Amino acid sequence: MPVIEYIDAIRLAMREEMERDEDVFVLGEDVGTKGGVFTTTKGLMEQFGEARALDTPLAESAIAGVAIGAAMVGLKPIAEMQYSDFMFPATNQIISEAAKIRYRSNNDWTCPVVIRAPIGGGIFGGLYHSQCPESVFLGTPGLKIVAPYSAYDAKGLLKAAVRDPDPVIFFENKKCYKLITGDVPADDYVVPIGKANVLREGTDITVISYSLPLHFAMQAAEELAKEGISAHILDLRTIQPLDKEAILEAARKTGKVLIIHEDNKTGGVGAEVSAIIAEEMLFELDAPIMRLCGPDVPAMPISPPMERFFMLNKDKVQEAMRKLALF
Amino acid sequence: MNSETSVQQQSKHEMLGLSHQQVIDMYKYMRMARMYDERCLVLQRAGKINFHVSGIGQEAAQVAAAFALDREKDYFLPYYRDYGFVLAVGMTLRELMLSLFAKAEDPNSGGRQMPGHFGSKRLRIVTGSSPVTTQVPHAVGIALAAKMKKKDHVSFVTFGEGSSNQGDFHEGCNFAGVHKLPVIFMCENNQYAISVPVHKQLAGKVSDRALGYGFPGIQVDGNDVLEVYRVMKKARERAIAGEGPTLIEAMMYRLSPHSTSDNDLAYRTKEEVDENWKKDGVVQFQKYLMACGIWSEEQEVELVASIAKQIKEATEYADQAPFPKPEDTLLHVYAEDGEVNA
Repeated sequence: MPVIEYIDAIRLAMREEMERDEDVFVLGEDVGTKGGVFTTTKGLMEQFGEARALDTPLAESAIAGVAIGAAMVGLKPIAEMQYSDFMFPATNQIISEAAKIRYRSNNDWTCPVVIRAPIGGGIFGGLYHSQCPESVFLGTPGLKIVAPYSAYDAKGLLKAAVRDPDPVIFFENKKCYKLITGDVPADDYVVPIGKANVLREGTDITVISYSLPLHFAMQAAEELAKEGISAHILDLRTIQPLDKEAILEAARKTGKVLIIHEDNKTGGVGAEVSAIIAEEMLFELDAPIMRLCGPDVPAMPISPPMERFFMLNKDKVQEAMRKLALF
Repeated sequence: MNSETSVQQQSKHEMLGLSHQQVIDMYKYMRMARMYDERCLVLQRAGKINFHVSGIGQEAAQVAAAFALDREKDYFLPYYRDYGFVLAVGMTLRELMLSLFAKAEDPNSGGRQMPGHFGSKRLRIVTGSSPVTTQVPHAVGIALAAKMKKKDHVSFVTFGEGSSNQGDFHEGCNFAGVHKLPVIFMCENNQYAISVPVHKQLAGKVSDRALGYGFPGIQVDGNDVLEVYRVMKKARERAIAGEGPTLIEAMMYRLSPHSTSDNDLAYRTKEEVDENWKKDGVVQFQKYLMACGIWSEEQEVELVASIAKQIKEATEYADQAPFPKPEDTLLHVYAEDGEVNA
């Protein structure tokens, strides 16, 4: 099985879907000739032509809105937001339109659009190239939101998103692009949307997370195992709709839950996951639910010590896991 | 008879390629939209329905535009005052009434949306929302799809002059201009964004904005049915020929209050409104047909009686039709299991 980078897996998913179905196309800023500012769409214009790797004017609401229009008449657009930080001008199109088209038309019209947006910091991107905007879209029924942590999942979830009959936001982690490599089958497979994935079986603590921080948790779990602490790790994979059964099952495994994400704590995915656990099984817990998240500041500063302070890492995660285990 | 005299003997609509029957049909839809709208206002005052948003004063341009399009192929993205338009492209009075009463059978939304929020896949009326102008990029996306799939349909989108200030208007127009897409933008400039008069909304003309997007912008008297038809027809020909979009600004006046929740005399005078009633495009067109000798007082009486009967039947049907089941609130958030994006 070929070992490829996370970013290559995203590109491969797009290429395979575009080869499979001529209605699939990519649009966004710099996605054509340049092949994307991160090279995510590199080579797609050469292979599929300008129309299917479409360089658009610099206007995010139009990128989303045009994609929505095309999706409503049968095309399968993948709209790229260059950074998730820049997708807020498109938020009205995503929340007022894409999310509500099926519902408001009583199932007459549908909007099978994919919106890809890179999230996360640790790349000296400062406030506006580092954000994790998941919580802005979480809690908008009608949208699906996925956030892969591995190369394998990146390919499989993106292919599933393209084939999904509803709008899917695909939050790819830009720190993972080159940092994360993994086995990615060359054949056609999908990772189902709406299903969480157990990355590690354990008995003392349960870690629930998604995207980049899972790598810290996996590394920390290896080291904690040497101290005799056994961690059970659940990758949410899809953060909307959440896989409640998998969350509750993972929480029940150990009775001690730590939720980790880079998005800030207040109103984040962790708040929803902990509420689900508290509603369903509070009295089965052996410790208060813990959250380890980005701080509640507007966004990540660029200065290296400040960025390091904001970012999660293996040590911070390991300390939180140990603390919970010792509770 | 040489061709020159033949042209001179032709009426204006015949010179535009419209038959007598077609212009009579246009008039019927205008009158129908007007009477429907008036009935909605009455129903709201009588407490039969909760809300109506009106399009009185705008029907002439709406119906003229519909007749210039291919009503078998094109995609339509109307805004919430476009009763004349949706009737002319095939929505029925019964369907509109079902929406007004928010009944289960409403084809627009199954009773979910406010009236005036049109949608019908069957009629290629694309579902719309309340945040204004979001439909403009959708129309551009549908035009992009037409270009990519080499299909000979255009998309037609309407909005008010207030909406022409939204970012989505500019972003959509610019995108369509860059890619020379088959889309027609029609601004129904009715002089008011609820209470804010046009001079507080625009320092220039909406139609002039097209210059910046690289395609023609045309201001037209929205009460002049045949002139709206003429510029729309030309815009469609341009679109189909691959020459790109056209922006049409149809000048009109919103004769009714914004909605049943609005007291328009708080921000404009009765004299101003009365003055504009004199320019009513529906009445002007009726007079034109009569002057052409193809419409009579008798036909008018007959038409009004016929529409009144249809409206009465539609109202009764919608009034008696069942509401959606309360628990159906939970349906259609996502596709049913097993539905794929085939």
